[in-house]
Amino acid sequence: MSPFLALVRRDLALAFREGGAVGTTLGFYLMVVTMLPLGLGPDLNLLSRIAPGVLWVALLLAALLSLDRIFLNDYEEGALEVMALGPMPLELVAAAKSLAHWISTGIPLALITPALGLLLNLDIDAYGVLVLTMLAGTPAISFIGAIGGALTLGLRRGGLLLSLLVLPLYVPTLIFGISSVNAVLMGPGGFAASFLILCALSLASLVLAPIAAAAAIRMQLQ
Amino acid sequence: MKLIANDLAVDRGGRLIFRGLSFTLASGEGLLLTGPNGAGKTTLLRTIAGFLRAAEGEIRLEGADAEHALAEQCHYVGHLNGIKASQTVAENLSFWAAYLGAIGGGGMGSLPLDEALERLSLKSLRDIPAGYLSAGQKRRLGLARLLVAARPIWLLDEPTVSLDAASQAVLAAMVRDHIEAGGLAIAATHLPLGLDFARELTLGRGGRATP
Amino acid sequence: MKAMASIAPVYQLANPTRFMALAARIVPWLAGLTVVLFAIGLYMAFFIAPPDYQQGETVRIMYIHVPAAWLAMMCYGVIAISSFGYLVFRHPMADVSAKAAAPIGAVFTALALITGSLWGKPMWGTYWVWDARLTSVLILFFLYLGLMALRNGVEDETLAGKLTAVMALVGTVILPIIKFSVDWWNTLHQPASVMRIGGPTIHPSILWPLLVMALAFTLLFVVLHLKAMGNEVLRRRVVALRMRAVQRAANLEPQGPAREAAE
Repeated sequence: MSPFLALVRRDLALAFREGGAVGTTLGFYLMVVTMLPLGLGPDLNLLSRIAPGVLWVALLLAALLSLDRIFLNDYEEGALEVMALGPMPLELVAAAKSLAHWISTGIPLALITPALGLLLNLDIDAYGVLVLTMLAGTPAISFIGAIGGALTLGLRRGGLLLSLLVLPLYVPTLIFGISSVNAVLMGPGGFAASFLILCALSLASLVLAPIAAAAAIRMQLQ
Repeated sequence: MKLIANDLAVDRGGRLIFRGLSFTLASGEGLLLTGPNGAGKTTLLRTIAGFLRAAEGEIRLEGADAEHALAEQCHYVGHLNGIKASQTVAENLSFWAAYLGAIGGGGMGSLPLDEALERLSLKSLRDIPAGYLSAGQKRRLGLARLLVAARPIWLLDEPTVSLDAASQAVLAAMVRDHIEAGGLAIAATHLPLGLDFARELTLGRGGRATP
Repeated sequence: MKAMASIAPVYQLANPTRFMALAARIVPWLAGLTVVLFAIGLYMAFFIAPPDYQQGETVRIMYIHVPAAWLAMMCYGVIAISSFGYLVFRHPMADVSAKAAAPIGAVFTALALITGSLWGKPMWGTYWVWDARLTSVLILFFLYLGLMALRNGVEDETLAGKLTAVMALVGTVILPIIKFSVDWWNTLHQPASVMRIGGPTIHPSILWPLLVMALAFTLLFVVLHLKAMGNEVLRRRVVALRMRAVQRAANLEPQGPAREAAE
């Protein structure tokens, strides 16, 4: 087995086992979506209109909380140090760990979204496209998030700082995610453009983010 | 294979740790680093492993597999074990074996998982999650990594921490075997290890080194 | 020889001592020039530039708002270049420059946001409108805050400098994308931005005050940046002196086995 696959498999096994990390993230997602109608009132028309945006923002927040899982434990336990001496460059280590984070966070969050859509009276046409945009957009969330995770290793209260650093970087993903959904719901056309840009964002972060994350890890290991 | 450090100087955060440090270590040789705390033993090991950059001088490997960088040919054992509490002993070790693979040839092969566990008396704990292990058992599991993934150079920073006398003897034998098989080992310690290395490098305060 | 002479100032700047000497000589002149330019620019903005036929006198906020917004972006550019310089050439002065520029940039950004919102009240009837430009500037402000918080959060100063430089470069790559996405988002939600400054042809009576103010703001930035860099150099010298004092004291202490055991 290649080291890359070995690392992805291990991180996945840990994510699904260690302290129910995936379950906690999904639970948080559910909580945020539940709190919103409680704050906004039970007007189904209003909820239906804002549902795609609410679900996307809630997904961002839930994913954000799980970002420190990517590197922090391995850093504190010394495993990251061993990986740094391993056969693959740290860029690939960062990519493998971000990929595992996407599979264990982005995909489950996207897949559970239809259930939460019911709570918000989401337009029936939106279910498929919402899940599709989330599947296409969440890689950017995991990979860009890994930069934040790498920058805040070894910091007291790193989690708070991580949110401050990473959320502005999520603006493009959020905007193009929502605008592809809205293009399907509201207007004729426009979906392809937004959706392709969303995919481009994810692909670009796939390539570029591990470079920044690896640079930060190298500095942290000094 | 020859590890050569030439006129090395390293500073951290503006503080000079040592300077003018040179040594040569050939296959089948072990080097014991001694000296008080803060003399730069860890710094030197981390510099060889490539975590730190030398301010002056160079470290190079001669006559080695040119395909792999120096850092890739090293095992570094620091004060952390790199063990996942929720995975079993075998899972922990088999991940490292799969991830690290084997580098370097000659007599230095990788041991199969069970033999490595046997050697460090962890065989009976094979399927127990590592979180249940005592500090000494965790340390041994950390050291088992050296056996399942062959590397020509072992960098050991206080490897005997939390090991009892019997385990220290096992470690000493491991290092001896590694050296006899043509490997290199550099160990930092301020305890007499029972590792009878041929050579000793004493780092002093203020960056003076006496070989 | 001529090439040498032209390179020389760069080397001089790179040396903290030379930098301090040079800054000490230049800063008073620049500060004086800044004051003069502000006097001229503000006079032109308040008394020479005409009021807008629609917005009336409130258009004069533009002479603060627009230069502040330019500086907000230029400052990030300075941080990006300094960060790149620090990561590639590892020169401490590049880190000093990046560190000194961040709070200044944040203040210019805040100024652009505040004046923009004050301008918005008479124009739009509300203090905040999710206008594309205001939104991008707001996100730029968050990036500045993030840079400063990261530098503050990391204890080891060298590490803090390097990590902040990485973050600054990540921001540099992503800023144009954010700007693009916010524009896209804005055109989706509200057809045309209310705020348009006369298109490509700006009347000279507006352009000149604006240019003078922009120059004044730029010089203000240079003065503040040089002063802040000077302060940072001095602060680092104090840190270095303290560390040396501690090390000297440690070398004088007895080194016995008892001490080792205590450690």
